[in-house]
Amino acid sequence: MPEPIHRITGIAAPLPQANVDTDAIIPKAHLLTIHRSGLGAGLFSEWRFDDDGRERPDFVLNQVPWREAKILLAGENFGCGSSREHAVWSLMDFGIRCVIAPSFASIFHENCQKNGLAAVTLDEAALAHLVACAQATPAAATTVDIEICRVTAPDGRAFPFTMEAARRQALLEGLDEIGASLRHDAAMATFEARDRAQRPWIHALPTA
Amino acid sequence: MTTPRSIIDKIWDQHVVADLGDGRVLLHIDRHMLHEVTSPQAYAGLAAAGRRLRRPDLTFATADHIVSTENGRTDDTVPGGPEMIRALRANAEATGVALFDLGDVRQGIVHVIAPELGIALPGATLVCGDSHTSTVGALGAMAWGIGTSEVEHVMATQTAILRRPPTMRITVSGTRPAGVSAKDMVLKLIATIGTAGATGYGVEYAGPAIRALSMEERMTVCNMSVELGARFGLIAPDEVTFAYLQGRPFAPAGALWEQAVAAWRALASDPGARFDAEIELDVSSLTPQVSWGTSPQDCIGVGETVPDPEREADPKRRQAMRRALDYIGLEPGTPIRDLPVDMVFIGSCTNSRIEDLRAAAAVLKGRRVAAGLRALVVPGSGQVRRQAEAEGLDRVFTAAGFEWREPGCSMCAGMNADRVPPGKRCVATSNRNFEGRQGPGARTHLASPATAAAAAVAGRIVDARSFEGGA
Repeated sequence: MPEPIHRITGIAAPLPQANVDTDAIIPKAHLLTIHRSGLGAGLFSEWRFDDDGRERPDFVLNQVPWREAKILLAGENFGCGSSREHAVWSLMDFGIRCVIAPSFASIFHENCQKNGLAAVTLDEAALAHLVACAQATPAAATTVDIEICRVTAPDGRAFPFTMEAARRQALLEGLDEIGASLRHDAAMATFEARDRAQRPWIHALPTA
Repeated sequence: MTTPRSIIDKIWDQHVVADLGDGRVLLHIDRHMLHEVTSPQAYAGLAAAGRRLRRPDLTFATADHIVSTENGRTDDTVPGGPEMIRALRANAEATGVALFDLGDVRQGIVHVIAPELGIALPGATLVCGDSHTSTVGALGAMAWGIGTSEVEHVMATQTAILRRPPTMRITVSGTRPAGVSAKDMVLKLIATIGTAGATGYGVEYAGPAIRALSMEERMTVCNMSVELGARFGLIAPDEVTFAYLQGRPFAPAGALWEQAVAAWRALASDPGARFDAEIELDVSSLTPQVSWGTSPQDCIGVGETVPDPEREADPKRRQAMRRALDYIGLEPGTPIRDLPVDMVFIGSCTNSRIEDLRAAAAVLKGRRVAAGLRALVVPGSGQVRRQAEAEGLDRVFTAAGFEWREPGCSMCAGMNADRVPPGKRCVATSNRNFEGRQGPGARTHLASPATAAAAAVAGRIVDARSFEGGA
């Protein structure tokens, strides 16, 4: 169950390229696990490490102070490709608590919410400003306030963002979504009874 | 008079269990497919919370992503793999979920077996922890990929939380020329509107060129909906759909079949139904497509040359193109035809069904794979493999020098032992040419089964239409 999250203040690492896919975020060699934990080691591993497993010094998350980043400044359509939730688990295990991008791929966006990783959408101009700040004053903190829906750049400039109310509420409360859905048990039972009558072929399957 | 509804509206309305406010609903899930990579953590979460799997009778499991595709295979695969296969087996047994295990002829790539077994049905909602779940939209199902937390949610509640997606109709017109496949059609579509061209949309594919597709060709098109960014993509069911489904093991039979077909006929979008976006594509002059870069939108006709980033106006796109060319090892202006290749892979949920194997075999018959080239053909399921063997296709492949393998995701997932070595160039019938998708440093060129087979023979990218059997 995700932890409640109200505000994230920390170093923001710039990775503004478009269409960063989940294969890049967590290459498949790291998916060979039945656990959710420990996946930070695989984050961007083909970009972070060379063939001998040594860090590539030119990759942003290998550089001081960005290796301590809590916020990732990303490009459009971030998280496209495979549905692997491991992408979100690996970002969080690495220490990232918020990704700011002009847009997110659908499944990745959902996966963020389920795990309490704040996915904040800002336009290209706002992101360009945040990226410029991150490059000019890398160690200065950026703040993402979920309560008032505002990102504050290290130079004090503020950018309001919009977030669907349910997404925002889930972050603020660390919602147990399954528990909340199960409270609709009566509606589920009603639906099933009606649907069995309307579409019996959906519910009466031959056994395997 | 009632408001005209699209097929997406109709399926959506049928499945709403509860309104959660803020535009979200609990939507009933009719079919849930599980596989070994994205289900173990969901099962663990379910157990940790002391919850039960609500509808095992609507849930089906198979192992496909990490399994070995070697003949005579066992649970042994890459390190970490056997544990995942055994976890799936134990979890399925403990929760009463039907498992199509290794050794069962029904085992295969999850999106190949769901239609083949009649699990996926028109008008149904179907989810799976895999983005290519959109494949089975071909049957007129609303089918989409979900993450592991959502898998757990569906296990516990048989519902998913969704916001109604905006809708897009993609109308494909014109007559597809001979020798040009459904794969070429969808690659061209992605190249035209881009990998974010339908982000978040529910897509209906319509128009005469879609109607003219066989059931399996429709699956190839819907498979790559996610490569347009779409949540799902579907095609209204028709006689082609019903003929395909009738008699399949989990499809309704007898009086139930008649009742179901009557309901399915009413699913088509009403005349005048409103879509939030409309796109049109004409395929009359379509040619075989091949990807040149590291995104499925980086596709050109086999007779064209690699584009020049310096001619691209958008600086971000220019940068992405430069990076792609650097990774793939190509210069702008190079003809894609005659590019030497090291490997050929025929398989994946995009192109591993019997019609795909027939198309490849038609090109390969009486020919040999080029010297030094490794070529794999991986049927999408045990049933596809059996059917191909009954038709003698396996002998065509092996006589040509292809490896004839057991079903699984193989070289598309790059998560099992089947990989493209660093720097090697592979023509693949799969769906993603991302950096590292087929293995670190692997260079992937997406294409149709006929184009892949022709490349295997020539040892370079060629126009399969110049081969007997290729057109």
